[in-house]
Amino acid sequence: MYTFSNRLKIGSLVLMALGLLGMGIGFVSAPSTVEEAKAMVAAAHDDGHGGGHGEAAEASHNTGHTEAGHEAGSHDASHDEHLLHQLQNRPWAALYVAAFFFFMIALGVLAFYAIQRAAQAGWSPLLFRVMEGITAYLVPGGIIVFVILVMSVLHWNHLFVWMDAETVAHDELLQGKAGYLNPTFFLIRAAIFLGGWIAYREISRRLSLAQDQASDNSNFKKNFKWSAAFLVFYLVSESMMSWDWIMSVDPHWFSTLFGWYVFASMFVSGITTIALITIYLKSRGYLPDVNDSHIHDLGKFMFGISIFWTYLWFAQFMLIWYADIPEEVTYFVTRIEDFKLPFFGMLAMNFIFPLLVLMNSDYKRVNWFVVMTGIVVLLGHYLDVFVMIMPATVGDQWHIGIPEIGAVLFFAGAFIFWVFNTLTKAPLQPTRNPYIEESRQFHY
Amino acid sequence: MASKVIQAFYDDDDVLMHAVKKVRAAKHHIEEVYCPFPVHGLDKAMGLAPTRIAITSFMYGCLGLTVAIVMMNYIMIVDWPQDIGGKPSFSYLQNMPAFVPVMFEMTVFFAAHLMVITFYLRSRLWPFKKAENPDVRSTDDHFIMEIEAHGNEAELTALLQQTGAVEINTVEK
Repeated sequence: MYTFSNRLKIGSLVLMALGLLGMGIGFVSAPSTVEEAKAMVAAAHDDGHGGGHGEAAEASHNTGHTEAGHEAGSHDASHDEHLLHQLQNRPWAALYVAAFFFFMIALGVLAFYAIQRAAQAGWSPLLFRVMEGITAYLVPGGIIVFVILVMSVLHWNHLFVWMDAETVAHDELLQGKAGYLNPTFFLIRAAIFLGGWIAYREISRRLSLAQDQASDNSNFKKNFKWSAAFLVFYLVSESMMSWDWIMSVDPHWFSTLFGWYVFASMFVSGITTIALITIYLKSRGYLPDVNDSHIHDLGKFMFGISIFWTYLWFAQFMLIWYADIPEEVTYFVTRIEDFKLPFFGMLAMNFIFPLLVLMNSDYKRVNWFVVMTGIVVLLGHYLDVFVMIMPATVGDQWHIGIPEIGAVLFFAGAFIFWVFNTLTKAPLQPTRNPYIEESRQFHY
Repeated sequence: MASKVIQAFYDDDDVLMHAVKKVRAAKHHIEEVYCPFPVHGLDKAMGLAPTRIAITSFMYGCLGLTVAIVMMNYIMIVDWPQDIGGKPSFSYLQNMPAFVPVMFEMTVFFAAHLMVITFYLRSRLWPFKKAENPDVRSTDDHFIMEIEAHGNEAELTALLQQTGAVEINTVEK
């Protein structure tokens, strides 16, 4: 049995406290009037921090929120209001990006776990309890994301433009999509997705624990069937979730492979987290049967799925760049103009770094290499979510400052606390899994 | 000067593995082992050095990437920067997304083909090469371990007999 070390527990609580403080500062310092917003931007200019924001704001003005209210006469007023909304969105968007990022890790691990079960993999049963520990975060993480979505529907923030009836009334494109993008249906869908994912997680966990006490393999077989069925549900629901929760912050834009792209991002983050937590637990002596070959396999998955993510990133980018159709290309125009460093930086972190570091077979067996790459990959995929959400919500007013870091710290603390707390609830090594002996002997 | 080799025949890969370990432990030099199929771990048991073919492949891939970049930069940007459908041919970087498919394929092409050719060269394989197997059964169901003899045939034969060889021949080469 795993015991939650006091240092880790206190560490996660400190992270949560610091994170709450940071998020609180973010919400308190968000402007409530147009005058405050203008003063903030002016102050930022004086600091020399936001150099060039004026021109950039002008250039990217016709994207995002006020696209509808663009009559020549009201230009200045609408511009100021636009700025106010962006600055007000910042703490919310920071919260949403971090909440989704950590939720996405748990969901990616759940997909990986279901695949391992459905594929009847012989190497991974030793890691099932670690994966089950991580997927436990689906419940609190999913509820937090759902609450943020409900708050958006209640107009506590302006993350999703299409939820604003006033905007929709002036926007024929949004009216055309109202059959799908309407608040009630949106929340119903979110509830169904979360319900399905959490249900599978709980059922599979229960069967997995029951298998340890059983005298036959019936629980294992049931788990196999549930996993296969879940993967079908997951494929559909994950794709729709990515349209709802991420693509709909840019409701004028759409991309067909977006669901896969988000999937690749969550899948690689999930596998990386499995590797990091496994290496941590092993270094504390809790997983004595996990050997270098298991880490090697996780490293291969990190390497392969990083390249898969890049493939989808590039496929989406290149098709839109090549055809250059105005209604699609604005998505990347705003990102390249206002988010150049994170947009291309994440490519270096999510592709070039793991490609060069994890290519060598021997390096994948060196734990600190895997840890180092894992940290870079996780930061890179945080930036990935950041670049998906921020351009539509805060536009060129983005910054990685106290609200963003605070939100990441809070959710990192919550994630660590919940995951490691769950790991204490069951033995870390399944005993009666039919493949456990193969997994224990696994060598590559 | 004619040299003598002893060929020990085995009909099971497990027995062969044990025999290889035993012969190595007795400090005899194993000239060659002929197998009808790859035996997992045989190279480790024989103490063969790991292959470096993956490293050559990486270098060939880098070469392919360089060839693709230099070629397209010369053709599309330097030599005749024509406006083709509004694509920005002002610098390589500006038009790079359009070149990536070629860069990728050339990298894979060079890495794969040159590695295969390296493999053929290093293993001395070509279409009209004379086959080298000492006994036709080694391609079907027998494993042959070949050990050079230096006047110690009797001792070696006794050792090989112990390892479960089904047949032991002494051959002049």
